[in-house]
Amino acid sequence: MERKWNSSIVFGFLVTIAAFISTYTTFANFALTSDFSWLNLSMFAVGLSLLGAGLKRTFRQPDRVRGKIRGIVASTLGLIAFIGFLGLHFHVSAQLPASDGAPRVWTKAPDFTLSDQNGKPVTLYEILKSPSEGFAADRGTYVLLVFYRGYW
Amino acid sequence: MEQHRETFEKRGVRIVAVSVDPPEVTLKHTRKQGFSFTFLCDPKGEVIRRYDLMHEGAGRGSADISRPAEFLIDPRGNVRWVNLTDDYRVRLHPEEALKVLDTLGVG
Repeated sequence: MERKWNSSIVFGFLVTIAAFISTYTTFANFALTSDFSWLNLSMFAVGLSLLGAGLKRTFRQPDRVRGKIRGIVASTLGLIAFIGFLGLHFHVSAQLPASDGAPRVWTKAPDFTLSDQNGKPVTLYEILKSPSEGFAADRGTYVLLVFYRGYW
Repeated sequence: MEQHRETFEKRGVRIVAVSVDPPEVTLKHTRKQGFSFTFLCDPKGEVIRRYDLMHEGAGRGSADISRPAEFLIDPRGNVRWVNLTDDYRVRLHPEEALKVLDTLGVG
């Protein structure tokens, strides 16, 4: 009897590798701004389940399905890719700089002037001095200064 | 943040954002997201460095970008509250910042 190719191992492997590669491409482009790459995680879940199902089939019906060794190799590579994916996330997130020189509570915030999104120069201390909705005109404004990683 | 912008402003707090993106990128992004607060551009990272927040090589193509951080600055320029996250994926929730305003008696 002709033994069939084990399609779930092939598809599972392809999905897992696609998940891994897209982690790198989207990670470099967008994922630094997103909380977690759920899409990549779901792709890994699908890919690894297919690999698992394929492997099970290979061992349960060795007379009908071929690719035992290939299945083990593909599943191992898939797992390595998944571990690499997790490592990338946790490694980069753990690598934040210490920022020991960042302004501390009750120190003066360094003043600066930067362009806003419309190219208009904005000075921190001018905002602080400007009247706000919430205070009497002479009391100025609080600023919640939020630093973002940006969208590069 | 955007949904809470008015709440902050009624309490005398302006939200000012900073990133390394140039104005074109920031404008596109703020339009797309509907952000109406001031979004400043620090493409050379001068201010980000002065605040010691540069995360070197962490951006696209190993560009230097800011780590996430938040500072509450009072009208006299005093830093009243600092939030430096340990994990870049965990970001400040506006509710958290409003609680800080309650604690400090702002607004």
